[in-house]
Amino acid sequence: MSVIETSITWFYACNTTDVPTNGGVCVKLAEEQIALYYFARRNEWFATQNMCPHRQQMALSRGMTGTVKDEPKVACPFHKKTFSLLDGRCISDDAESSITVYPVKVIDDRVYIGIAKELMEV
Amino acid sequence: MKVIVIGNGMVGYKFCEKLRSMADTGTELIVFGEEPRPAYDRVHLTSYLDGKTADDLLLADLQWYKDNNIILHTGDPVTRIDRHRKTVHTLDGKAETYDYLVMATGSAPFVPPVPGIHKKGVFVYRTIEDLDAIRAYAANAKAGIVIGGGLLGLEAAKALLDLQVPESFVVEFSSRLMPRQIDEQGSAILENKLNTLGIKVLTNRNSSEVLGENEVTGLAFTDGSSVNADIIIVSAGIKPRDELALQAGLTLGPRGGILVNDRMQTSDPEIFAIGECALHNQMIYGLVAPGYDMAAVAAATILGEEKAFTGFDMSTKLKLIGVDVASFGDPFPLPHTCHSIVFEDRFTGVYKRLNITPDGTRLLGGILIGDAADYNMLLQTTKNSMPLPANPSELLTGAKKDGDANSAAVTGLPDDAIICSCESVSKGRICGAVTAGLETFDDVKKATKAGSCCGGCAPMVKDLITATMKAEGRYIRNVICEHFAYSRQEMLDLIKVKALRSFDEVIDAYGHGDGCEVCKPVVASILASLWNELILDKGNDTAQDSNDRYLANIQKGGTYSVVPRIPGGEITPEKLIVIGQVAVKYNLYTKITGGQRIDLFGAHLSDLPFIWEELIEAGFESGHAYGKALRTVKSCVGSTWCRFGLHDSVSFAIQIEERYRGLRAPHKIKSAVSGCIRECAEAQSKDFGIIATEKGWNLYVCGNGGSKPQHAKLLASDIDSETCIKYIDRFLMFYIKTADPLTRTATWLNKLDGGMDYLHNVVVNDSLGIAAELEAAMQNLVDHYKCEWKEVVESPELRKRFSHFINAPEEKDPTVKFEKMRDQKRAAEWK
Repeated sequence: MSVIETSITWFYACNTTDVPTNGGVCVKLAEEQIALYYFARRNEWFATQNMCPHRQQMALSRGMTGTVKDEPKVACPFHKKTFSLLDGRCISDDAESSITVYPVKVIDDRVYIGIAKELMEV
Repeated sequence: MKVIVIGNGMVGYKFCEKLRSMADTGTELIVFGEEPRPAYDRVHLTSYLDGKTADDLLLADLQWYKDNNIILHTGDPVTRIDRHRKTVHTLDGKAETYDYLVMATGSAPFVPPVPGIHKKGVFVYRTIEDLDAIRAYAANAKAGIVIGGGLLGLEAAKALLDLQVPESFVVEFSSRLMPRQIDEQGSAILENKLNTLGIKVLTNRNSSEVLGENEVTGLAFTDGSSVNADIIIVSAGIKPRDELALQAGLTLGPRGGILVNDRMQTSDPEIFAIGECALHNQMIYGLVAPGYDMAAVAAATILGEEKAFTGFDMSTKLKLIGVDVASFGDPFPLPHTCHSIVFEDRFTGVYKRLNITPDGTRLLGGILIGDAADYNMLLQTTKNSMPLPANPSELLTGAKKDGDANSAAVTGLPDDAIICSCESVSKGRICGAVTAGLETFDDVKKATKAGSCCGGCAPMVKDLITATMKAEGRYIRNVICEHFAYSRQEMLDLIKVKALRSFDEVIDAYGHGDGCEVCKPVVASILASLWNELILDKGNDTAQDSNDRYLANIQKGGTYSVVPRIPGGEITPEKLIVIGQVAVKYNLYTKITGGQRIDLFGAHLSDLPFIWEELIEAGFESGHAYGKALRTVKSCVGSTWCRFGLHDSVSFAIQIEERYRGLRAPHKIKSAVSGCIRECAEAQSKDFGIIATEKGWNLYVCGNGGSKPQHAKLLASDIDSETCIKYIDRFLMFYIKTADPLTRTATWLNKLDGGMDYLHNVVVNDSLGIAAELEAAMQNLVDHYKCEWKEVVESPELRKRFSHFINAPEEKDPTVKFEKMRDQKRAAEWK
């Protein structure tokens, strides 16, 4: 029997005040670009890959955030494809690839993004 | 019950669709097709050479046949019918019994028996394989000939054009093109159009021999003349594929075609024939719409329902090589049975002929070439014997053609008027679907299939939807999105009354949830239109559309372009040099825009504040190319230099551009000033445009270039500069107050109740009594103007927002790539 165990490593991204209210920023973690969003109205944080899969543009952090039926989403500034910040699926186009979402936690004023590492034990 | 269909063309496919849609799942349905692929759209075959793939043309994919429990054998033609054992045999050796057999074998191109017609380089035009062969052969062809000037022949000529064969000829035996559909005068207009496209038309020519040793080198005619060409496409008509029926002993017509009755039964009542292979009442129908009708009749008969095919109207509307050609009802009745009204404009290539009864009360039919916009209405008028206006020539000139007239016309149609002839959908069914709750064209199309085939009836279906909803007193609330239950105009009034200043305040007061990419920019734009405060302030930065948020236009690859304002297009050499120096320093691609400005592309986000710091230092300010705002006021050089100029158009353009710079609106605004009637600044294509006259200025409004060009309309003439500005103030503020989001002035006017007369009354005659208010609102915005880039450059806090990585602000996006082109750079192509 194999057990897949996931361990999350938390990386410090920036301070809460670095992120515009109800907007996003791009965080560099090692060689990765991660988009970090702050929903000030709900006091919630989300993180996804920065690349929009449609035209492979590093743009989602500059996209407009919002909700559809209360589900948080981001719209890519290039062609307005929208992605769920909960599960990363493309809301506006079923045929579009999903994006990776990452967990976020805030300790004091510091924002951390969690990167999962899958460890397989047999 | 077991039904076998022979043939998987458009009509064979339609039979399957009809049978399955008639709530029938128990019937076993097996289809044999000769071609290697499932049924495809032969009507739009030529688009295969124009970029469409074979898959694009499929009527349904294999999954559809599976989902509908249809067994499809492609590439396996039926070779024999054993009526005795009620069995079909195929080329592959399959044998299958049937209860009912449907022959949808279609037709083959008729190839006239001209000597040499089988030489290499002669093709027919029917299947995707034919097109592949033509494409391969035409690659080296210098000249091509199409034999046959009918519908299909002209399609084939379009194919030669698409394949860039340098010279092509259409050869027609009779005295005119499309002899079944149009008359000599119409043909002459069409020939003219074809000539301008490089297609020569030879009428009254009878081919005598295909020239050439083994390969085609030309075509000789019985009159002794000849034409050189290295490819020939034959489309001289069709002959029904009736060989299988002949072998099975079914009755054929004297000149071919499988004889059928009104239920599409052949001489064997268990065998049906539909489409181009069927001969009904001495007619072979070479169009798809009657074939679809036959398919529906055959399906109904097999399922025991009463339905009959009683002939079909051959009215047709097509776009042939970019030219509208339509023919409806009786295009050429005998002279003493009708009066014809003819309109002809050789210059624009428009020809219209209407045949009316001698007493002038009914329309019998007609021909439309070059402009077939009225086809649907004229066809319905003919079919339903609707009374004509007192002066029937109004039908030709389209004297009354605004939206109201259209909807009045469609409501006048009887309920059984067939609106979509491809799918034979009546007006009653369309209106019924709307009454049942549907509101959009797409929904109605899905429910009724109206407009799903050729799409020609789409405008009429839309008019019917609007008219039905209006008649039922249904009001589509024009709300912004799920977060705000108000229209843009209502939002503007509410925000103004409460003097709200930020998106958060607005959504707290009048909305719910968090907002989205639809409502945020609308609210942000309203706030800017009302207060003209810095758009990045008060947390409104993240409510701006991306370009407004970074005060620059995002381009391929994620870099930005920068457009400094150059009012009126006038610039000093010193400032030109600065633009050049900045472009060199920041490695920017430079291009002159259509609005007499200079666009600098390829700027990294973090370079933007530095670029602007230098531009502002040299006296530039933001050009608002990124905003739904005033863009540019283009000008001609005017009376200071031009020998024709009446007034100084450049000075006036600068004055106007500086007055309205930074003005945020529902959409972008463009303007221009011309110094005389020659109109070099193209003012009549702008949202507002000004042209000098002997006595002052003429002010035009609501013009548009772009995808739907529209000439601006005259609002006031011979006015002085002061009055002109006053009217523009009122016009722009009225537009800003009342337009829907992302609606240009032209579209706004088209939707405005009362149109130009109403607008003229509001702006010039102050019919609403709001002129002073509008002027004051504009003056307030003018007084509060500041260059937003200057504010950003001077604010360390705002400058911080212009970096790619929040945790590595000095680094640029490493994924940005450029390529070299003509001594400059360009964005790397995206995937």
